[in-house]
Amino acid sequence: MSRPGATRPDQAGKEATWEGARDPRIVDATAEFPGPRLKRIWETKPGLLGWFATVDHKEIGKRYIVTAFLMLIAGGLEALAIRLQLSRADQHLLTPEQYNQLFTMHGVTMIFLYASPVLSGFSNFLWPLLLGSRDMAFPRLNALSYWIYLAAGVFLYAGFVVGLGPDDGWFNYVPYASKTFNPGVNIDIYALGLILLGISTTVGSANFVVSFLRTRAPGMSINRVPILTWGTLTASAANLLAVPSVSLAFFLLWMDRQFDTHFFDASQGQPLLWQHLFWMFGHPWVYAIVLPAMGMVSDALPTFCRRPLVGYTPVALSTVATMALGFGVWVHHMFATGLPTVALSFFSGASLIITIPSAVAVFAWTATIWTGRPVIRTPFLFFASMIVLFVIGGVSGVMTGSVPVDWQLTDTYFVVAHIHYVLIGINVFPVIGAAYYWFPKFTGRMLNEKLGQWNFWTMFVGFNLGFFPMHLLGLLGMPRRIYAYSAGMGWETTNLIVTLGAFLFAFGVLLFLINVAWSLRRGPAAANDPWGGATLEWAVASPPPVYNFAVIPQVVSRHPLWEDSLAEGEARSSLTRGLLLDRGRETIGTTPLDGQPNLILEMPGDSLSPVILAAGLSLVFAAALGHAWWLTGLGVLICVAALITWFWPRRVHGDVPRESAHG
Amino acid sequence: MAEAIRYGQDLPVGARGRNSTGWWGLLCLIATEGSLFAYLLFSYVYIAIQRGSAWLPDPHPSLKLAGPNTLILLASSVCVWWAERGIKRNHRGQLLAGLAAAVILGTAFLGIQVLEWSGKDFSLSSGSYGSLYFVITGFHMAHVIVGIAILLCVLGWSATGAFTRRRHEPVTLGGLYWHFVDVVWLFVFSTFYLSPRLIG
Repeated sequence: MSRPGATRPDQAGKEATWEGARDPRIVDATAEFPGPRLKRIWETKPGLLGWFATVDHKEIGKRYIVTAFLMLIAGGLEALAIRLQLSRADQHLLTPEQYNQLFTMHGVTMIFLYASPVLSGFSNFLWPLLLGSRDMAFPRLNALSYWIYLAAGVFLYAGFVVGLGPDDGWFNYVPYASKTFNPGVNIDIYALGLILLGISTTVGSANFVVSFLRTRAPGMSINRVPILTWGTLTASAANLLAVPSVSLAFFLLWMDRQFDTHFFDASQGQPLLWQHLFWMFGHPWVYAIVLPAMGMVSDALPTFCRRPLVGYTPVALSTVATMALGFGVWVHHMFATGLPTVALSFFSGASLIITIPSAVAVFAWTATIWTGRPVIRTPFLFFASMIVLFVIGGVSGVMTGSVPVDWQLTDTYFVVAHIHYVLIGINVFPVIGAAYYWFPKFTGRMLNEKLGQWNFWTMFVGFNLGFFPMHLLGLLGMPRRIYAYSAGMGWETTNLIVTLGAFLFAFGVLLFLINVAWSLRRGPAAANDPWGGATLEWAVASPPPVYNFAVIPQVVSRHPLWEDSLAEGEARSSLTRGLLLDRGRETIGTTPLDGQPNLILEMPGDSLSPVILAAGLSLVFAAALGHAWWLTGLGVLICVAALITWFWPRRVHGDVPRESAHG
Repeated sequence: MAEAIRYGQDLPVGARGRNSTGWWGLLCLIATEGSLFAYLLFSYVYIAIQRGSAWLPDPHPSLKLAGPNTLILLASSVCVWWAERGIKRNHRGQLLAGLAAAVILGTAFLGIQVLEWSGKDFSLSSGSYGSLYFVITGFHMAHVIVGIAILLCVLGWSATGAFTRRRHEPVTLGGLYWHFVDVVWLFVFSTFYLSPRLIG
């Protein structure tokens, strides 16, 4: 494969010292070397300080997932309260104000605090393992992204728990959300909280983009990366371009409310500007919270079909194409606002065309099952059912993408049904399936299969019972966001069925949580590769060692662990023999397209800068909420100090004296 | 099929010029910040088109201060470029002088902007034009302030000899950010000061 890594005496001379260039050795990993040495280098110090300072992507990924699931539970409980209120006509369990806050927080929680962060969590944990690397490109940025996410979650919920939560729906239209009609602090909390969250999303996205481009294992050219990384890369690139739109919209709204600017008022500004800015972000965002989940299915479903994914290249390309088109469909959220017909036609056309790349994935998954030898385990059930739910959500999407149908159905429960089929169907189902699939890698234990089957069928039946009838309610004319309805509208029985379905679905999620709690302690221990997976994460222990890979693997195909059984060619990936990078926290940097090694990346150690920066930013936003400007200033100073520490140049760039034992 | 992996060559450690993760990270930052300004200017154009030419202030924004100020900002970019060229040739004096000049020019730009602001007969809350003008130029000024802070850090580190001919990633990155801030100004300037001239 390569020449043995001989020491070149001349290398220790001037060339090596002035910029620390070196030719890393290639070694065989054994139990004694270099694992124990790397463990000492990469380990986080125990104790509270270490807990706050860690930059280990696996730790951060798990924190993301746990926090996102707590949010899913919160949003789910809010949904159950809503469903109780709507279970009968003329119900008065909740006041209208409580109801407004509940349905708003339900949307905010699920869309912003659960759906995207949970995918970030999976990607954070999995990416370096999938790519054959030791961490993300910017480990501290990763920690920062998590801490800000946590802070924004607390920020948004702080108002809600004292009865001052946002209450104009998650898309927060003006003039409802203007100071005149909503004078309380509710909307200001939403505005500032979402800008804060936007920072988290943005830095996280930048990290994914650069990790994809620069930290893949040698040989992993971009036509060999797992589809999950395509999904997250695409979503991240879109986030970089789209998130500023919503952050700006909320900033301008906050200015309108606090400093009497005139961006969104009808007399001087333009209320529709809000809808444009919101949906220019909002629609790409919808794809950002499903494409990584679709990627997880594309990678994990083939494991249970015992064959590679059908149509890797079309699926990867359609992922990117979906996102690109996704930037040109935002006006379909605004069909009923009186825009010119030519605009409606264009955006309607674009919304219909986007079904083509989406369908590519559906056909690829179906063909994979069709031509494979399916092994029906819990993850398979979740992934396969996702295809069905995606098709249903897709069809109702095509319907509302057509202008005349949309005019009939907009603001009815039909749209509520559509969004839930899309978001639960293509986010929650794959995520739970992925949790079953990767739980052994996360924890070293398997989830219980029998309980898993119960878990799946309860969720699947409950979901369809709860959400399919909503289509009917919409066709019958039931508007969204109403907190009560009169008897005799013909909606009672259907609403009761929907509520029962919602509770059954929630019970299914509860079974999942019970399974997790039980299996964490009693689940059977997992081997490295319990499912017979094809990708690199299954080559390392479950759970993986802190440094991931003892030596950097070298990849020659899309399925490094299936090369022998597929027998597609002579070449074999090398998993236990590879680059030795052990002079501090190091990993390999490769070229963006071909995956040729061209840089030894020095990874930063654990640091308190991220958590301090997140605290400083939170102070800036909390103080701005109360117009406590001196505290805002203090927050800015904390941020500046944290950033200067962060970027302080390290003067010894790998110019470590050669160790005779290893060099 | 990708070509065989080339091993057995010296690889730089950490960063060498643009071969670094920091460079790509900064490009991501520029993409997202560039988008932010695109959305800001979209908001201006969107409202301007709907309100018509009577919505613009009368007289149209003058180039008296903004024109020379644009040249000052562009000159600061040249200084940063010259500074980076210096360190690439191991001329630390040139690095320090270039960075210091850029900081001074950037600060002058800020001062003239404040002067320009104080001369306006509309305000943040007097109408949507004023809101857009002050928020968009304010956003840009905030970026100039951050840019100056970055240049000052780089200047300080340069003075302590933290950078060498081959190892000066913060100079490259700080410089690129500063160029970005200047390019953004060209868009802001064109939108507020030049585009009204097109419609007379």
